[in-house]
Amino acid sequence: MNKINVALAGNPNSGKTTIFNMLTGARQHVGNYPGVTVEKKEGLCKYAGFEITFVDLPGTYSLTAYSIEELVARNFIIEEQPDVVVDIVDASNLERNLYLATQLIEMNVPLVLAFNMSDIARRKGLLFDIEQLSKLLEAAIVPTVGNKSKGRVELLDAIVKTAQQDKPQRTHKVNYGSEIEEELTRIEAIIIDKEQKMAAKYGSRWLATKLLEQDPDITAKVQNKEVLEVVTPSIEHLNTIFADEPQIIMADRRYGFISGACQETVKSTVESRHSKSDVIDAVVINRVLGLPIFLLLMYLVFLLTFKIGEFPMGWLERFFSWAAKTIAAFWPAGSEALLKSLLVDGIIGGVGGVIVFLPNILLLFLAIAILEDSGYMARAAFIMDRIMHRIGLHGKSFIPMLIGFGCSMPAIMGARILENKRNRFATIMVIPLMSCGAKLTIYALIIPAFFQEEWRGPVLWLIYLIGIVLAIICVKVLRLTVLKGETIPFVMELPPYRMPTLKSVCIHMWQRGWMYLKKAGTIILAISIILWAAMSWPKPSQESLAGLDSEQAKQKQLAYSIVGRLGRTIEPALTPLGFDWKIGTALIGATAAKEVFVSQLSIVYAVGSADQGSQTLREKLQANYSPLTAFCIMLFCLISAPCVATVVMTKKETNSWRWAIFQFAGLTALAYFVTLIVYQLGSFLIG
Amino acid sequence: MEQKQPRPLSTVQAGETVKLVRTNAGHGLNSRLASMGLLPNVEITVVNNTHPGPFVISVKDSKMMLGRGMAHKIMVL
Repeated sequence: MNKINVALAGNPNSGKTTIFNMLTGARQHVGNYPGVTVEKKEGLCKYAGFEITFVDLPGTYSLTAYSIEELVARNFIIEEQPDVVVDIVDASNLERNLYLATQLIEMNVPLVLAFNMSDIARRKGLLFDIEQLSKLLEAAIVPTVGNKSKGRVELLDAIVKTAQQDKPQRTHKVNYGSEIEEELTRIEAIIIDKEQKMAAKYGSRWLATKLLEQDPDITAKVQNKEVLEVVTPSIEHLNTIFADEPQIIMADRRYGFISGACQETVKSTVESRHSKSDVIDAVVINRVLGLPIFLLLMYLVFLLTFKIGEFPMGWLERFFSWAAKTIAAFWPAGSEALLKSLLVDGIIGGVGGVIVFLPNILLLFLAIAILEDSGYMARAAFIMDRIMHRIGLHGKSFIPMLIGFGCSMPAIMGARILENKRNRFATIMVIPLMSCGAKLTIYALIIPAFFQEEWRGPVLWLIYLIGIVLAIICVKVLRLTVLKGETIPFVMELPPYRMPTLKSVCIHMWQRGWMYLKKAGTIILAISIILWAAMSWPKPSQESLAGLDSEQAKQKQLAYSIVGRLGRTIEPALTPLGFDWKIGTALIGATAAKEVFVSQLSIVYAVGSADQGSQTLREKLQANYSPLTAFCIMLFCLISAPCVATVVMTKKETNSWRWAIFQFAGLTALAYFVTLIVYQLGSFLIG
Repeated sequence: MEQKQPRPLSTVQAGETVKLVRTNAGHGLNSRLASMGLLPNVEITVVNNTHPGPFVISVKDSKMMLGRGMAHKIMVL
């Protein structure tokens, strides 16, 4: 079968993803471009006897070297040399969208233009002379309506036809005006002379254009000094004539080219003054109403994710319990067979804990997909920006941090909506300080045991507040030291509001959910098994267990095992915090998942499998610790190392073990010092 | 007749339409703004300029939000 490679390019908000989905259906694969955390989407489609591979390039407004997305897109086209490049254009916003097309034309790629959202264009009263425009741009033009799947066949036809043509010999080029053209010719000549390899790869005119624009990427790649010696005076010369940088003038000329082409081929019949979007915006980004509306929507997202998610979560929990019991039933009751323990405690316990969260994750991404596709996300980012900016973060950071109050894992995944790397990393680092749902089980155990009715609410609030305050401080410190740098100045397009389609929202949701299952699941499975082993071995001899009931036996076993011994070993370090080896053991177990803290503590105190509501456990705790210690326990759990799942997710989203370890170690160290100070100070003041 | 001086976009009131003279935002950002349509002589209509609240402009059929720092650096007439 013949193969065709196609790259999809286009502005953000042009409906590129919808077209990608329309062309490839469910046959998609999401990964990363090598070496960068820019998402790479590939998909497949079989049509007319051809096997067509689609690569969805990042959405960009142009192909300069000033952002990683643009560089990735540009380099892909140059290095991979796709057979066809399809530029998806928002037909209702033609001129701005065609800017990218001019850059693609300059790169001399075989081009097809998809005039997407052509229904909106028609409603706006725009009429296109497609034939004429196609001739002027020397590219096939296909009107499409992505979210109604219109134009699919026509687009595929155009792709196949273009792929079979010879490489384009363009006659209609952007004319930059005599002054610039003169300089371009001069630079081109010396490039052909001195940099043949580069000229063959990139095209001499394109290189000349980039050099004149002072493109940092190309300028760095040009080795030959003589070329640069010709370029610099050219730039100065043009600077003097135009009182502005050549790159600005050239951008202007490109728009001139577009304008000229459009004047002949685009007719506007209706003047639309106030669109629906403006009306909605008048309310949504209103001074008074904007923030409350935003908070309301965030509350709804939370509700959707965790309340509604409760039902499927409950089913999954019951399923795993059932699975555990059924498998355990294969062995005689009370048997401590290794395989049984591995399957039930290790695997089902560990992995089950992760899969149980899947409904949450899916619902969360459903909510995010709806917010993004509808266009609201852009407004939300701006509303939060002022507050976030003071801390040193971007407005959009608010959303993953809010999610972190439920569970860190999806929150860290959600940090992808931040384009700026520094903002993203800073947000990811402090998300664990937004006390998650699992940590709540620890507070729910301890607070009623040590504090009286009227103090319980305030103490809980205090814990959450401390988490938030510490997060703010940490971000400030990070931004001043390790993650120094300018926050990207704020400029963002406000797309018109659109009704998100069920299909695209579901595809978004499923893609992210699948990644969660695959990546987190495999590593967490491995670590769950390791921890299970460390909690089960070495086993004390049978004689030493004689005469103990099952709970006491478990207690002894835990004390004897690696984790138990580890707990004892670190006890001296924990004493200044008011902790003992029992708490130490529970803390170690809690690295698998924070809920484990409670169950570990119950084993250590031989109260059987208790949960946070257990009175017996509470009584035992009360007997052994002071309220100050209890508070310190909660403090430590709040701040310290996040669970394994979170660490794994951090590694995945930052693409480096260094940052994941930094987060783990940093938070643990912070927890240690803060708890130390609180305990010592507290003892001093009380004692 | 007084020669009108270019002023920052941030001083323009909602509803007014002005022409862009130049952007003083450094290489990369200037390039980005240019590719989004903010070029010399282009017409900009200010849609929203309330404190606090986003600074929203309309350029070539599309709406954009700018941070105030950004709006300060765009000179218009």
